[in-house]
Amino acid sequence: MKYVDEFRDRAVATALAERIKQTVQRPWTIMEVCGGQTHSIVRFGLDSLLPKDLTLVHGPGCPVCVTSVSLIDQAVCLASLPNVIFCSFGDMLRVPGSRGDLFGVKAAGGDVRIIYSPLDALELARKHLDREVVCFAVGFETTAPAWAMAVTQAKQLGVTNFSLLIAHVLVPPAMEAILSSPQNRIQGFLAAGHVCTVMGYEEYEAIAQKYRVPIVVTGFEPLDVLEGVSMLVSQLEEGRVEVENQYVRSVSREGNRPARTLVDEVFEPAPRIWRGIGEIPASGLRLKSAYGAYDAEVKFQRELVQLSVGIEDPECQSGLVLQGLLKPMDCSAFGTRCTPEQPLGAPMVSSEGACAAYYRYRGHVKCEK
Amino acid sequence: MNNKPFEPTCPLPLSTKKTIQLAHGGGGRLMQELIQKVFVQAFHNPMLESLHDGATWPVEKGTLAFTTDSYVVRPLFFPGGDIGSLAVNGTINDLAMCGAKPLYLSAGFILEEGLSMEVLQRVVNSMAEAARTAGVPIVTGDTKVVDRGKGDGIFINTSGVGLVPNGVRVLPTLIQPGDAILVSGDLGSHGVAVLSVREGLTFDGNVESDSAPLHRIVADLIDSGIEIHCLRDLTRGGLASVLNELAAAAKVGTMVEEPAIPVSEPVRGACELLGLDPLYVANEGRFVAIVPESQVEAALAVMHRHQAANQAAQIGIVTERDPSMVILRTVVGTHRVLDLLSGEQLPRIC
Repeated sequence: MKYVDEFRDRAVATALAERIKQTVQRPWTIMEVCGGQTHSIVRFGLDSLLPKDLTLVHGPGCPVCVTSVSLIDQAVCLASLPNVIFCSFGDMLRVPGSRGDLFGVKAAGGDVRIIYSPLDALELARKHLDREVVCFAVGFETTAPAWAMAVTQAKQLGVTNFSLLIAHVLVPPAMEAILSSPQNRIQGFLAAGHVCTVMGYEEYEAIAQKYRVPIVVTGFEPLDVLEGVSMLVSQLEEGRVEVENQYVRSVSREGNRPARTLVDEVFEPAPRIWRGIGEIPASGLRLKSAYGAYDAEVKFQRELVQLSVGIEDPECQSGLVLQGLLKPMDCSAFGTRCTPEQPLGAPMVSSEGACAAYYRYRGHVKCEK
Repeated sequence: MNNKPFEPTCPLPLSTKKTIQLAHGGGGRLMQELIQKVFVQAFHNPMLESLHDGATWPVEKGTLAFTTDSYVVRPLFFPGGDIGSLAVNGTINDLAMCGAKPLYLSAGFILEEGLSMEVLQRVVNSMAEAARTAGVPIVTGDTKVVDRGKGDGIFINTSGVGLVPNGVRVLPTLIQPGDAILVSGDLGSHGVAVLSVREGLTFDGNVESDSAPLHRIVADLIDSGIEIHCLRDLTRGGLASVLNELAAAAKVGTMVEEPAIPVSEPVRGACELLGLDPLYVANEGRFVAIVPESQVEAALAVMHRHQAANQAAQIGIVTERDPSMVILRTVVGTHRVLDLLSGEQLPRIC
């Protein structure tokens, strides 16, 4: 299949892996930011092609995983309201809050629907004018333009029974939080290709220089990841600190201008609590006041105000996993007290979660290579 | 005023009821109408027409196979099939996977009050057509009607009885290390076809369900003298789930080559887009055959004679190591576990 097979070519993968082995002279620890990249690495076993001295650490780039327990609790509360149609991307439904998950709400009779596009949710609102359509707006910069589009269209069309529970997060503040931590051991980043498709990579240049850390904007196919790693270790070995772009077929330095303009029109940065990590300033998005009527937290504040602060399962170490301080399989609960059927935290159930990737592709039973 | 002469009968004949009503399951006249005018007319065969409480037939010496399956699918009609043909083919396939020649089917309907009679007729006609094509008659049945809102249009249960020819044994426990794993065709069309209409998604190259009866292919394999260790049709959960079930049942390992697994371009495209893995997507006309390595060429030659299996291919081998596990050699040459899914596959965010 075009755009897929050529980026999964075995011979080229072997050659790239060999090039990385030749390049790496010292031990390095690098982080792939995006959960999509983590899944590609684990699904295609790419880490097994890399030299032992190179440690890959999985980053916080899974929007489902970093959504706070309190927000999930708010989603569960709103989805349980009798007049609400609650729309979410499929990934979110299994994620446990402190009072259950959205699948549980659906089973109990709540109208919870999986959507594929924010515009589908808007269409639903137009079809059901007598009901409130509330959407769980989850994602990084990649999905923000689609939500912004839905909100501007709702305003243009005069649709008032449509609102967003916003859990949107931004990548650069999270990278800075990791780099500023005293425990940080990350020496280079593979930046998230699809986030940069929208945002470009100008904003990463300042981070690279401030923290003296090379960054390579990288795609998601096996050859993308291997080429990104190769470019990153070259920088590390040569002592260069640059932002390079491996994903040239999708990413330009300035990104997608119309999409960025739309996001700026509708959203503004806001502090955001990251699950397992804590609050990071200006790391989330909220609706600008001109679009405040579409903010579910405002619209339903009377229902939401009664909620107590959500509490994380104390045994879940997802904060350490999301910061790259713990490998999923080194967590004492992995595969025993925490499984996709009975998750302690979101990384075990999200399709981009690191724990889910290890559980699914490495097996919970040890297998010989 | 209409000029029709006065008739001392209900002006609306029973058969013109446009929707299913609770009385259609009530045991009275409406139910008799439904049975006669819809079911018996479509499925007509002497055993059904006796309208007895059950079907009876003389038994030959040998081994019987018996299976049952219920069908709940939304939407009822999808590219390449509908709930009716699915309910016939699915049960025929379960019998075929036991090595049996399917003999007779039963059909149980749970209809929702308010279901359009035209929809029911289309589904029943499709079942009749599928049964005729497969040469397996529907000889007994049942109908119930549930209140509106308590069903999803139509639920169908079909059960089937088949005869396993003398000397034929097809069982997971016969699987041996060294055996070859064959798959009868490209994977995932049914799941993607249903998803595309259910969610209003459109993909290039219109994907149609692979729903098809497989018993003639199996009979041909048996008649051609192919030694078959095990057969399993790939339904919900797809290839990955079936291989896990077989590996666990036979306490063997399986090693599958990702590049050898046939998946059509439109299905791959749809799965890439939605973040689904075609190895877990449902099929309704595909099966896995586990045969001794020496039988691979002959088995594939037989399968290729049938349209529903013309893309049959060997995709892997049974191993002694990693018992009860399925190991996939990926397109880039690395290895990973192909595990059972936890819950449904869910479309991803980005």
